[in-house]
Parts: sequence; C-alpha cells; structure tokens
Amino acid sequence: MLNYVVRRLLQMIPLLIGISIINFTIMHLAPGDPVLLLSERNATPEELARIRALYGLDEPIHVQYVKWLGHVLKGDFGRSFVDGRPVMDHILERLPYTLYLNFIVMIIIYLVAIPVGVISALRQYSKFDHAVTFFTFLGQALPSFWFALLLIYAVGIKSNWLPIAGVATIGVNVKTSGLWATILDRAKYLILPVTVVSLGSMAGIARYMRSSMLEVIRQDYVRTARAKGLPEKAVIIKHALRNALLPIVTLLGFELPALFSGTAIIETIFSWPGLGLLSMRAIFQRDYQIVMAMNMIGATLMVLGNFLADILYVIVDPRIKYS
Amino acid sequence: MAVAEKRTSPNNLDQNFGGEALTLKPESYVRMVWRRFKRHKLAMAGLYFLLAMYLVAILAPYIATQDYRAVDPPNRLKPPSREHWMGTDHIGRDIFSRVVWGSRVSLSVGFVAAGVAVTVGTVIGAVAGYFGGWVDDVLMRFTEIVMSFPTFFLLLTIISIVERSIFNIMLVIGFTSWPGLARIVRGQFLSLREQEFVMAARALGASDARIIFRHILPNAMAPIIVSATLRIGSAILSESSLSFLGLGVPEPFPSWGSILNTGRTYLRYAPWITTFPGIFIFLTVLAFNYVGDGLRDALDPRLKD
Repeated sequence: MLNYVVRRLLQMIPLLIGISIINFTIMHLAPGDPVLLLSERNATPEELARIRALYGLDEPIHVQYVKWLGHVLKGDFGRSFVDGRPVMDHILERLPYTLYLNFIVMIIIYLVAIPVGVISALRQYSKFDHAVTFFTFLGQALPSFWFALLLIYAVGIKSNWLPIAGVATIGVNVKTSGLWATILDRAKYLILPVTVVSLGSMAGIARYMRSSMLEVIRQDYVRTARAKGLPEKAVIIKHALRNALLPIVTLLGFELPALFSGTAIIETIFSWPGLGLLSMRAIFQRDYQIVMAMNMIGATLMVLGNFLADILYVIVDPRIKYS
Repeated sequence: MAVAEKRTSPNNLDQNFGGEALTLKPESYVRMVWRRFKRHKLAMAGLYFLLAMYLVAILAPYIATQDYRAVDPPNRLKPPSREHWMGTDHIGRDIFSRVVWGSRVSLSVGFVAAGVAVTVGTVIGAVAGYFGGWVDDVLMRFTEIVMSFPTFFLLLTIISIVERSIFNIMLVIGFTSWPGLARIVRGQFLSLREQEFVMAARALGASDARIIFRHILPNAMAPIIVSATLRIGSAILSESSLSFLGLGVPEPFPSWGSILNTGRTYLRYAPWITTFPGIFIFLTVLAFNYVGDGLRDALDPRLKD
C-alpha cells in the first residue's frame, strides 16, 4: 500500500511541472504589457524600466519561469498587477466564502442524489425512474446562468422573497439580532445560489448512483442474500447499497477541485464574494498574476483529487489490487 | 466507413449460395441503426427540433421579421406584441430577429468547436492507442495535463488573451474540450489493435496510417459519433456562457448568450429579453443530448448505461 501511494505521488510530479509550464506559457503569450497597467499613464521610459525590473519582467522567459515556480512552491504567487497586494492575500480573503457555498452545495447534492439514484435503480423503468431520467436530462441541458436569472426574476424581483445578491444583510449578526435570526438571514442568501449550483451536478451524481446500484443488484452475492431468505430491506441496505456506494465515495476526491472553483458565473450573477468572482474580475482586468494562481491551484487540486480518489478506492474496496 | 466494413451485400450472398433463391435480404447497418434510433421517441423529437433550428439558421434573412441591427429608441423595452413577437431590447432592437440570427452563431460554433475537439481527440487517442509505448506515455501525460485545468476557467483565460472573433471562439472551445474523447478513442484502439483483422491488414503490407484510418477507426466510430453529438451541445453551452459574460462574438452580431447578457441588466423591466434566447439554448442543448442518447442506444446497445 505504502509503495503504491509513494509511486502515485511521484507520478504527480511531472504532471504538475507540465501544468505549470503550460500555465506560464499561456499567460506570457498574453498581449498587452502589464507594465503599462502598473504605471502612471504619463510615465517616462526610465520609470517603465524601473517597474519592469521591480517585477522581474525584464529577464528572459525561462528565468522568469524558474523564479516564479520557486516562489509558487513557497506558496507565493506574487502580487496583483492591479492593486499590488499579494495574490495569496486576495485568495485567502475569498476562499472562506467559496468553501462555505460549495460545502453546502455538496451536502445537498449527495443528500438528494444518492436516495434518488438508489430508488430509481430499484424501480428500474417505473414512472419514478423515467421521471428521474427525464429530469437529469433537463438538469444537464439547463444553462445555469439562465436558470439563475429566471429565479432572480421570479423570487427576487417579482415577489421579493429572497435577496438576490451578497452573503448577508449588513448589521445582522449574532450580537445585534441573536443566533437564530442570524442563521435565518444567512440561509436566505444561500437559497438561490445553492439551488442553481446544485441542480446541474445533482443530475450527474444521481445517474451515476443509479447505474452503480443497477450493477450491484445484478451481482451473485445479492442473489445469494435473497436466496438465503434475508428480508428485502437487509438485502438492499446491507448487501447492495454498501457496495454500490463505493464508487460514489471515490467521487469525493473529485469534489476537491470543485469546492475550490467551479462556480465563477454563478458567483458573478449573485455577487457572491468568493474565488469565482475574484477570478472573473482578474480576467477582465488582465490581472495575470491572479489568473495564473487560480489556474495553477485549480489544476493542482484536480491532480490531488484524482490521487485521493484512487487511494480512497483502494481503501474502501479491498477487492481492488493496488499494483 | 463503418458501413462498408459490416454490410454484406445481397449480391455476395447470392453468389455464395450458388444462386439459390435466398429471399432474406440482410439489413444494411445504417438502416438497422436508423430503425433502432426511431424507437427512441425523445431522440426523434430532438432530431426534428434540430433540423428545424438549422433550417431557421440557414433561412435567417427570410424568417427574421426585422433587421437585427435596427435601433428604434422610442420602442425600447417593449413587451412581446404583434410587431415584436419577443419584445424589444434596451435600444429598441427586435428580439425575435436577433434570436433568429443568433441561431447562426450558436449552431455553427457548436458544430465547428465539436468538430475541432473530435478531430484533435481522435487523432491523439488513435496515435497513442495504436503505437503504445513512449508515444502513448507522452500523449497521455499531455492529455492529463490539459484535463487537469479547470475547463471553463482555462477557456476564459485563453479567450481573454486572444483576439475575439467567432473563428477564435470555435477554435478555443474545441482545443480545450478534446481530452475526454482522446481517452475514449485510445481505449478503443488498445483493444482493436490486437484483433485479427488488424493483423491481416498488416500482413498484407498496409501502412500504419492506412490501418489506423481505414481499418481500426471505422470500428471505433460508435463512441466517437455519440461523444461528438454530446459535445456539440456542451460547446453551445460554452459559447453561450462566454457570450453571457461579454467574452463572446462581438456586438452588434447577436448570439443567444449575448442577448441574455443584455437582458441581465434589464431583468427587472424587461424579462422577455432573457427568457426567449435562454429557452432556445436550453432546448437545443437538450435536443443534442437526446439525439446523442438515441445514437448510443442505436449504434451499440452494449454502451447503454
């Protein structure tokens, strides 16, 4: 097992180097001189040269890359071209909001998708199953930004039930309004973005759960369990469901990058002050340092997530050999 | 090509059986697929919808009731009416005509971007799977690297640094969405290259390129066709998302996403600007997904679920 883990970790190194090279190259193909962004409009050539030297932009590209990588390994993504603050500060400031939103989304997705997928599989081709299949198709084709706008119009503008932007009402906190009022206030702000974000991924996971369950209930050991006269409930829950959940557990590994990125458009629409909004703004302002950091962290988490999924798979399913 | 490999023509059968009266005519592969596809009602509905949409896109100048660029400030933000079937936008342009013209952008971007993704994915997957060894290693590591990037964010990043034109948008969507397909094709090639007909072709002195494209690829077509169909839908979604964020095809040319982008600002006063183009994105992507599903069932029943 340890052997397997070490080898998988070593395999990640060339992958991460490749990712960093591609990321760096893309950003350096970008037109527009960041030095002009950093300077006053009527800066003299000497001033421009000084800024260029200050940010190390006057060195050959491979030197810049090695220096950049060295800093990145220490968790330093440089400074924002727009306001000069460290990129890491920007990210850490926004991270809690994104984690908060996506964590709740994740819980809701699994709470709904797993039972739906299981019931759908147990009653294959029933009305319920057909309805679920139909809705998963709808969910996968629905443009999330359009759905968000429809919801904003229906419950935010027309009927004023829910706030349509932000995370909290100013002035409402535990000190001024008490615990319950505060929780209620935060929940109100969550409903719309959580609904929109979870709907799309829910479809996929319900479908995945359904096919996993379908595969398991056709296995011999489930037939054996039935044959030896176990009550249907025990067959389904103890013998089938536990095995059908195995591939779902590994999906948790893939949730890692999803927790971090994944919702740029939705955060923009609902003015959710998370990483998605930060990266959208960085893209529009050509703040390459932030864009590079977001791509780099996103890709690294994806690689780590894959690794985690593989390890989880081996842990939860003793039948898998880690060769 | 898949057809040529698997079809047995009735004439051959006649010869083989010494001209004996053989009335059973084997069904051609295409006809069999079509027969199975027709059983999938929602896929058929999707197919008809898409044919209608492509017709609308081709005949846009004749279907649009007004000039999609015509500004008419006195009639701004008007709700749907007899002259403006889907209402007007903030400078009085007719939404119906813009949606009709916008179908050209959405449908062509979807088609070409998926074409680019399928071509790149197929070539990389085929070469990796066929040659194996270090070629496979290098190509698959590269595929994994591209796959690791958050797809939509990578798309945004590249779009924001290239010159914005419909052509570039097609290319960038295509070049960021091929890895999944490359893996599928590689898997197919890995198993097919060990088959006897490949050995036979090699023994006859066929070149690698010939074996890849004439012998193996036709047999790997089923998953490629299905994935291509689904990819058109997702490419349309990507283009609409880009246009919605204001990073799509530049104004004044409309796309469904960019009409939505305009509508977002006026959501409170003119919800019809967002409603109609959104319905078309939704239905078109849904139709492609159903056609893809129908094709999967029809081309290879084993692929189901």
